[in-house]
Amino acid sequence: MHHEAMAGAPTTVHFLWLIPALPLVGALFNLFLGRRAGRHAVGLVAPGAVGAAFLVAAYAVVQLVGLPHGAVLLDIAWPWIAAGTLQVDVAFRLDALSAVMVLVVTGVGFLIHVYSTGYMHDEPDYARYFTYLNLFTSAMLILVLADNLPLLFVGWEGVGLCSYLLIGFWYTEEANASAGKKAFLVNRIGDAGFLLGLFLLFWNLGPGTHSLSVSEIAQHAKAIPLPIVTAICLLFFVGATGKSAQLPLYVWLPDAMAGPTPVSALIHAATMVTAGVYMIARLNFLFLLSPTAMTVVATVGALTALFAATIGVAQTDIKKVLAYSTVSQLGYMFLAVGVGAFSAGIFHLMTHAFFKGLLFLGSGSVIHAMSGEQDIRKMGGLRAHLPVTYTTFLIGTLAIAGIPGLAGFFSKDEILARTYASPFGGPQLWAVGAIAAGLTSFYMFRLVFLTFFGECRADEHTRHHIHESPKSMTVPLMVLALLSVVGGYVGLPAHWLWGNRFEAFLEPVLGEGLHVEHLSAATEYTLMGTSVAVALFGLAVAYLFYVVQPGFPMLLAYKAGALYRLIVNKYYVDELYDAVFVRPTLAVSTWLWRTFDVEVVDGAVNGTAEAVGASSSVWRRWQSGNVQDYALSMLVGAVAILGYLALR
Amino acid sequence: MMTVPINWYLMLGAVLFTIGAFGVLARRNVIVIFMSIELMLNAVNLVFVAFARQLHSMDGQVAVFFVMTVAAAEAAVGLAIIITVFRNRETVNADELNLMRW
Repeated sequence: MHHEAMAGAPTTVHFLWLIPALPLVGALFNLFLGRRAGRHAVGLVAPGAVGAAFLVAAYAVVQLVGLPHGAVLLDIAWPWIAAGTLQVDVAFRLDALSAVMVLVVTGVGFLIHVYSTGYMHDEPDYARYFTYLNLFTSAMLILVLADNLPLLFVGWEGVGLCSYLLIGFWYTEEANASAGKKAFLVNRIGDAGFLLGLFLLFWNLGPGTHSLSVSEIAQHAKAIPLPIVTAICLLFFVGATGKSAQLPLYVWLPDAMAGPTPVSALIHAATMVTAGVYMIARLNFLFLLSPTAMTVVATVGALTALFAATIGVAQTDIKKVLAYSTVSQLGYMFLAVGVGAFSAGIFHLMTHAFFKGLLFLGSGSVIHAMSGEQDIRKMGGLRAHLPVTYTTFLIGTLAIAGIPGLAGFFSKDEILARTYASPFGGPQLWAVGAIAAGLTSFYMFRLVFLTFFGECRADEHTRHHIHESPKSMTVPLMVLALLSVVGGYVGLPAHWLWGNRFEAFLEPVLGEGLHVEHLSAATEYTLMGTSVAVALFGLAVAYLFYVVQPGFPMLLAYKAGALYRLIVNKYYVDELYDAVFVRPTLAVSTWLWRTFDVEVVDGAVNGTAEAVGASSSVWRRWQSGNVQDYALSMLVGAVAILGYLALR
Repeated sequence: MMTVPINWYLMLGAVLFTIGAFGVLARRNVIVIFMSIELMLNAVNLVFVAFARQLHSMDGQVAVFFVMTVAAAEAAVGLAIIITVFRNRETVNADELNLMRW
């Protein structure tokens, strides 16, 4: 696990700062010159900046791979905070883990920027959109490249801000603005946990100056008492549940679909929401010290995966289905890191970025074609009109459902197998994950069948306008579809062909995860067969319900009455939070405003002023304006002082 | 040679100072008040000189020079103010010069 000693000192370089700086320059250009420069320039600069960042990142990764296994590139840009025993630098670190992340963020980010130029073509506020999108990319790159936790937190907050700005991008509609606000507030809860964890960690690092860099924490982690490590890990995990939409803080992500669809793809599927998984993988040495924290992470992940999948089954908004699917898939990633299979978690993070980015962009293409309609009950039969979107969307669906041969199969199978074998997981959590996998397959194929198969249920006017999207949108779809197919082959099961290259690549950073007995080949194939069977079962049920017998779901919903209503209403969690947290807070705040602020605080301030005024109107009579009166009082005063001095 | 005892000087100084103070407080004409101030200053000067002689120290006499210098400057500024006030208000009665009040 402590590979730094193994690989020697990090290699110092001086160009890593360019990777986050390039999109930042793009953001500044779009902010200050975007309107004047015009759409064409914005449409070139914004994707161009991210593309350039991708090239720099690729160059850096090539250099990293050229070095001995386990090498680290370190770019200490400048000293940042020097306060007492805290000495933090703005330092960027490229190791195997951040290499994967940086390529995903810039690569998928670039594709989504390109797609956005098509999707947002008619948007009047084009430059503002790309300002936010570039700024987001920059913050996300700071997050993944940060060498120390304070800098990571800067990125963490930066992506949160951009998420807020982009969810509420069409802020003239109240619902969008409040969705942004909700995301921001829920994230604050998590961020508070993250910060508290950071403070607790700093206090317990022992004497001497601290930079809070990852390698330094790794050195000192073992000296921290176990209960405190558990507390630190759990606080960090609270931060992760906020940012990565896990139970109980997942509620903001479905509402975040109010933002433009490419934003949902980039921020709320491929990159930002995976920050929590990345952070835990980054701090794997810390989490591994605390079995309690690991168990909590794994359990919350598994429960979220199942919980969100059940909600996804009954959603009718194409983006909401994908949103709950994202929450569910993030649950898988937490399940993975929680059972100590860090590289499996990051593997799923990567494949998920491909196929979920693809699915969101595909849904954007559908919405684009349907003149803004998002209700899948009003779609259908789009297969013929949108061939490229249909094909790519289907590939994404096959990938997420875990059909063998596609990216999602390898990563999900890896997670489930590791869960089964891990002491923090076990057969129960494996079963939860497998059921969630079946549900995933079901709701995704439900989406495909309702959207692309059958008769078109749109009104005449909308149907007339259905058209395939422009090249700027379909090309990113094709690239992501390709990645959704081949992306999994870097991490094959251990004894297949070249084995799990992905895990071997990440091993210097993530270790071999938890040392567990390797499953026998028979068990592994049984597990694999089961998850494939479950996925196919989900597919078959969806086919039966939505293609063969389209009336059946209605009947079932009617029969299952209460349960159906519970799921359609998302378990009333929003209502519960509203009743338990939002309303009491509003009531207390209103009381504080009307009573405490207006009466007590304002009363005290105004009362002071009035008291001074009243006494002044008495005392001002003393000021006659007659010089001789003043001279007399001076004389009296002088005599009094002299008298006192003479007589004392 | 018979010397005048210091008490006499002090008493004369006190009398002059009191007359001056009374004048400042009681008279209404600003010019008279002004003269009364000069009287107070000179009462103090007298005490300075008396003590200087008694104590064989030149410090008191030096202080007198300072007081006289200041008094001269004050006379110049004060008379200028009084003239300006008179030009504006056509009065030098202190009771009528009371704009600086509530």
